[in-house]
Order: sequence, then C-alpha cells, then structure tokens
Amino acid sequence: MIKQRRDVLKTGSGLGVLGLLAAAGVLKPEQALAAWNESAFKAGTLEKTFAALGAGKPASSGDVSIIAPDIAENGAVVPIGVSTSLPKVESISILIEKNPDSLAAVFKLPEGTEANVQTRCKMGQTSNVYALVKADGKFLMAVKEIKVTLGGCGG
Amino acid sequence: MANPMKIRAASKDGVTEVKVLMSHEMETGQRKDASGNLVPAHFITELQATWNGKPVLDAQFGPAVSKNPYLAFKFKGGEKGDKVVISWKDNKGDSRTDEAAIS
Repeated sequence: MIKQRRDVLKTGSGLGVLGLLAAAGVLKPEQALAAWNESAFKAGTLEKTFAALGAGKPASSGDVSIIAPDIAENGAVVPIGVSTSLPKVESISILIEKNPDSLAAVFKLPEGTEANVQTRCKMGQTSNVYALVKADGKFLMAVKEIKVTLGGCGG
Repeated sequence: MANPMKIRAASKDGVTEVKVLMSHEMETGQRKDASGNLVPAHFITELQATWNGKPVLDAQFGPAVSKNPYLAFKFKGGEKGDKVVISWKDNKGDSRTDEAAIS
C-alpha cells in the first residue's frame, strides 16, 4: 500500500512539473514579442478568454478597482479605468462579458509603470465588466456592472 | 496613412502621466453598411510606449476598444523635455509612430 502511494505521489509531482513547463512555454512567446494574442481576443465567452489568458478561474480581490460609470449613455464610448494597489503587477486586462469577444484590451506593465490605466471601450449592451490583474504571478479580478442605454456594436 | 496621435505627457512629483488620443476607425467587423455587407474589421492590435528608449507600456487592443482610442497611464521617472514615443500597429499592417516631450 505504502509503495503504491509513493508511486502515485511521484507521478503526481511529475505531472505538476510538466504542467508548469507547459505553462511557461505558453507564456513565453507572448512575453517576448508582445505579439497580438489572437486566441485570447477571439476566444468569445468570458470563461474561454480567461482560459486563453492562462488565468483559469481568477479570485476576486478588493485591491483591484474599476473606475467606470454605473450607467453609460453611449455604449460606443464607455470610459473604463483599472487601478490596483497590488505590488508587482505584470499585466492588466479589461473584459466585457456580453460582447461578442469578451477581451477588450491587455496592458503589459514593465517595472516602474503604475498599475493605473484608463481607456474607452465599446459595449453592445448592459454587461458585467471584469478587470483581470496579474500580480506577482497570480491572477486576481474585480467585477462591475455597467448599464448601457444605447449599444455600441452594430450601430 | 492615419492622422497623427495627440500625446500629452506631464511630469509631476517624479511621476509622468501620459495621455494619448489615437485617430483610428476601430471597425469591429460586426457592423453592416447601408447595403447589408459586413464592414471588414480594421482596428489597432498593438501599441507600445517608450520613454528615452525604455518600454513603459505594451498594450494589445481588441476591436472592442472605442473608435479613436484614448489611453492614459503613468510611470515613475521622467524629466521635463524627455521624449515619450508611442507607436501602434493595426490588423491591416498599417502603423504609426509619434512622439512628444514631457512637460
């Protein structure tokens, strides 16, 4: 029994290392050239986009804040800002759940750049907006619902 | 060739705030024109900002970023007169680079 258990543990840790290597391999080309991450931008739904970004199921964090209006009159121009007090922030992504493709923008922040970016996005309809922050190797997120009175897609 | 970007960079208490307004259609590829044909997607995909040759921001945009994209960010450092250079590339291979001095 004990031997078997050891074997299981060994193979288990072996898989863990492989998984880490694969994750490193997936992340590397992205970091090297900052080439456009087509798989993430065309992933469609929120879950698939999180998966394509390598975030899995990110935990909510009170340290991530979304600066945006509660109600956007014009969905074509919705000001969205993300800021966080977390240390070692590597990237910030903005996702809009009900858009055809959730991912709106990804910002990679080198050291020395503050974790505070603002931009403007299009929203097809009232939706939850997610801010995904990668800090110190961990993914954290915040959610905010923005009501849209006039859609910005298809106009 | 696209119109020039408007770039403002201001340094205050050792932190430089950069605001950029790009001039770009940002077509999503979802919209139809008057005769019902899909308007092909045309949007900025990548943007890079450097300060004195050192990268300070790398961004990737999807078509969900608004027409004539606006972007604001801050980085530590930056003296008056330093150069901030911003360049973007779109999905049709068009690109543009503009620069501004920190005030």
